[in-house]
Amino acid sequence: MADYSRRHELPAYLRAWQEKIEAYARAQGLDFFPQVFEMLSFDEMNEVASYGGFPTRFPHWRWGMEFERLKKSGEYGLSRIYEMVINNNPCVAYLLEGNSLVDQKLVMAHVCAHNDFFKNNFAFKVTDQDRRPPAGAEDLVVSRQGRVPTRKWIDTFANHAARVRAAMERHGVNPVEEFIDTCLSLENLIDPPGRMLEGRQELPKPEDPEPIEVPRLKARGYMDSFINPEEYLDTQRKKLEAEAEKSKGRFPQKPARDVLRFLLENAPLERWERDVLEVVREEAYYFWPQAQTKVMNEGWASFWHSRIMTGYACDGDEIIDYAERNASVLGGGKTLNPYKLGVELYRFIEERWNKGQFGKDWEDCDDLEERRSWDLQLGQGLRKVFEVRALHTDVTFIDEFLTPEFVAANKLFTFGWSNRNDRFEIDSREFKAVKDKLLFQLTNFGNPFILVEDANLENRGELLLRHDHHGVDLDAEKGRDTLRALFRVWKRPVAIATAIENRPTLLRYDGKEHSTKQLK
Amino acid sequence: MALNIDQDHARFRDIVRGRIRQNLKRYISHGELIGRQGKDTVSIPVPQIDIPQFRFGSKQAGGVGQGEGEPGDPVGGEEKEGSGKAGKDAGEHALEVEVTLDELATILGEELSLPRIEPRGQTRIVAQKDKYTGIRRTGPESLKHFRRTYREALKRQISSGLYDPANPVVVPVRDDKRFRSWNTALQPVANAVIIYMMDVSGSMGDEQKEIVRIESFWLDTWLRSQYKGIESVYLIHDAVAREVDRDTFFHTRESGGTMISSAYKLCADIMQKRYPPSDWNVYPFHFSDGDNWSVDDTLNCINLLKDRVLPNANMFCYGQVESPYGSGQFIKDVREHLGADERVITSDIRDKDAIMDSIKAFLGKGR
Repeated sequence: MADYSRRHELPAYLRAWQEKIEAYARAQGLDFFPQVFEMLSFDEMNEVASYGGFPTRFPHWRWGMEFERLKKSGEYGLSRIYEMVINNNPCVAYLLEGNSLVDQKLVMAHVCAHNDFFKNNFAFKVTDQDRRPPAGAEDLVVSRQGRVPTRKWIDTFANHAARVRAAMERHGVNPVEEFIDTCLSLENLIDPPGRMLEGRQELPKPEDPEPIEVPRLKARGYMDSFINPEEYLDTQRKKLEAEAEKSKGRFPQKPARDVLRFLLENAPLERWERDVLEVVREEAYYFWPQAQTKVMNEGWASFWHSRIMTGYACDGDEIIDYAERNASVLGGGKTLNPYKLGVELYRFIEERWNKGQFGKDWEDCDDLEERRSWDLQLGQGLRKVFEVRALHTDVTFIDEFLTPEFVAANKLFTFGWSNRNDRFEIDSREFKAVKDKLLFQLTNFGNPFILVEDANLENRGELLLRHDHHGVDLDAEKGRDTLRALFRVWKRPVAIATAIENRPTLLRYDGKEHSTKQLK
Repeated sequence: MALNIDQDHARFRDIVRGRIRQNLKRYISHGELIGRQGKDTVSIPVPQIDIPQFRFGSKQAGGVGQGEGEPGDPVGGEEKEGSGKAGKDAGEHALEVEVTLDELATILGEELSLPRIEPRGQTRIVAQKDKYTGIRRTGPESLKHFRRTYREALKRQISSGLYDPANPVVVPVRDDKRFRSWNTALQPVANAVIIYMMDVSGSMGDEQKEIVRIESFWLDTWLRSQYKGIESVYLIHDAVAREVDRDTFFHTRESGGTMISSAYKLCADIMQKRYPPSDWNVYPFHFSDGDNWSVDDTLNCINLLKDRVLPNANMFCYGQVESPYGSGQFIKDVREHLGADERVITSDIRDKDAIMDSIKAFLGKGR
C-alpha cells in the first residue's frame, strides 16, 4: 500500500496548488471533507472509472465492458475522463497524469465543490455509515450540524470484493458470476426514501383491530330501517370481514418497494447468494444519491470551478485554455447536458435572489417591463444557492426553480418518437411540457416504480410484482429477461402486472416459458 | 503494469467470444462483418450483452433537449440512415467489440471443427531483414547517431570543465561518437497463395456476388490464420479471363458468355510463372453459376485441372452459386470427372445460409 500511495502521490507543485485552491474555496464558504488527490495514468483512470470510482470492486465482467468502452473512446479521442471523485471521508479524487496545469487546477476546484456537495446535501445522509434512523424531520437536518459522519466506502467496497472473491473460491467463479448478473438485473428495485428510515422501530400494532364499520346507504332517519335493513348490513359486514381476513393472510401486507430487501428476507437463498445480493443492494444504495442529484451536483461543481478559476486560480495566460476546457465540459449537442442545466439554474437562482426576484410581490407582478428591470439589490444570491444545495434533489430543484423565463432563455424543448416519420422529433417548447418531462425523467432516476404486491399469488407461492404505471410502458423484452433473473432468485414462478399500450397486462415467467395475459 | 481490471476485462472478452460463437452462423450468412474490417481486426456488433432490468421503453419516453428547431424537426443524432424495416431497431444499439482476425479464425475453426492445415513439405521461405535496435561505439560514419554523439560530447566537456556557456561550442572527439547498430531478423514470407476466380458473366447477379464475397472473407480469415503472410490473386472471367485487384473483383459486372476454361488457363499460367509448387501452397477457389458455354469447353476445363492445376495446388475448390437462371451443369461435370480425386472439393451454395456448410466442406480436409 505504501508503494501504491508513493506512486500516486501528487508532485510538490500540485500539492501547493491544492492547498491554495482549498484555502480559497473554504474562504468562499465551501465546507468539505479532507481531500486526497491521487495521480493516475490513462489506463488506471479508466480502471477506476469502470469501477464506479473505486480502486477495488467485486470481480465482474461488466466493469471489463465499461473499461473496454472507456479505453476505446479515449483512444479514439471521443472522450476523456478528467476527474473522478468518491463520496468518502476523507474524500478521494483522481487527477489524470499528463494533463496541463490549468486542467489540474480546474479539476481540483471542481472536486472541492463535489466534496462540499457530498458533505452537505441531505440526500447523501443515507451514505453515512454511522447513521441512525431519524426521530423526526427536525432530527434529519439539525443532527447533521457539526457532526462529521463516517463514510469509509472505499474500505466497504474492498470488503465487498473480498466477500465475493471468497464465495468464488468456495463455489466456483461461474455460478457466482452468474448470480451477480442476476442481482445486477434487479439492482434498481430499491426504495431510496425508505432507506432513510431503515432500522427504525416499527410502531406496535394495535392489539384489537378496530371494529368494522359498515357504510350505510344514505337515507333519512325514518327510512333507515327500510333502506338499510339488518340483513343487508349483515351481509355487508360479512363481506368486509372476509376481505380483511384475506388481506391479513396476504404477504407482504403492504406492497414492498424495496424488492431486494424483500428477497433477502424471504427468498430461498443459499448463504453465499444472500451475501452477494446484500453486497449488490448496499452498493446500489451507495450510488443512489449521486443518481438523484446528478444535475445539482455537476451544476454545483461547475458553478464553483468557474468562480474559483476565474476569480483566483487561473493565471492570465491560462484563461483561454481554461475557457476552452470549460466550454467543452458545458457544451453538448442537442441532448441536455446536466452540467449545463445545473450551472445555469444555480446562476439563475443567484441572480434572482440578488435582485429580489421572488416572493409575493414578484409573483403578482404582470408588467413585463417592470419584471425585467426588477432589482431590489438584496444580494442574497450566494446564501440562497448554498441553501439550495443542501436541501434539494434534482426533482425538487427543477420543480421549484425552473421557470418559463429560464426555459425560453435556454432554448429547452421536449422530444418524442414519431411513428409517422420513424424518428425522434421535437415535440414542444411549452414550459409545462418541458418541466413535466424533465421531472418525469428525474423521478426515481428514470426508473419505473415497481413493488412486491403479493408473494403468495393464488396461494401457490408465486411472486407478483406491480409496476405503478405513469404513462410510459416498460420495455417488454427487457422486462421478460428481468423476470428470468427474478425467477432465479425466487425459484417459483414470477409475474409483473403492468400495462402495455394502455391495457393492463400480466407478464409471467414460470421457469420454462414466458406468457403474456391481458388483465381485466 | 497489471491492473485489477484486467481480470474483469478478460472475463468480458470471454463472454464476447462466447456470444460470437453462438451467433456465428448469423454473422456468416449476413456478411455484416465485412464492412467493418480494419487492418487486423473486425468490429462485431454483439447483441444483448448488457444486463436486463425493468426499464422504460425508449420510444414513448422521449426526453428533453436544448437548442434551435421547430416542433416537428428531427432531433439530431437519433436519425437513422436509410429507411425501411430496419427502422424498427433504431434506439437499441448493439455493443460493438473489436476482435482480431486471428481470434475470429480460432472461433471459426473451433465451431466448424476445422483441422489445422499441414503445410506441404517444402522448406519455409525466410527473408532477412535488418532492424536498427541499439547504439554502439563503433560503426560507419554514415550511421552516426548525431544526438547521442552530441550528448556524449557535452557530458564530457561539462565534466572536464571545458564547456563554456558563453561560447557553447561542442566538439565531439572519437570516444564520443555513437552509432546505430542493427540486428538481422529472420522473417517468414508468404508461402501460400489463394487464387480466387469468379464468373462475372451476365447470369451472375449481385446476390451471387455477395455470397462469393462473404465466403471469400471467411476463407481468407481462416487461411490467413494458418499461414504467416499469404498472398491473394483475383481473377474474373466471362468468355475471357483477366487478373484484377480485390476491389474490382467484387464489383465488376460483365455481360458476356461464360468460358470457364479461360480462367483455369490463366490460373495455371500464373501458378507456373509466379508460384512454383516447390515453394508455395496454392489454393485455387472458383465460384460460378455453372452455366458454361459448351460441352467442349467443359472438357477443356477438366483437362486443364487434371494436367496443370491439380498437380501444383494443395487442393481445388469449386463453389457453385445458384443464380436466378437456375444452376448449371458444371458442378455435375466436375464431380463426374474428378469426383474421385480427393484434392477436388465441390460445394453447392444455394443461398446465404448454405455458406457455412460450404466453408466447412472446403476447409474440412485440412489440406
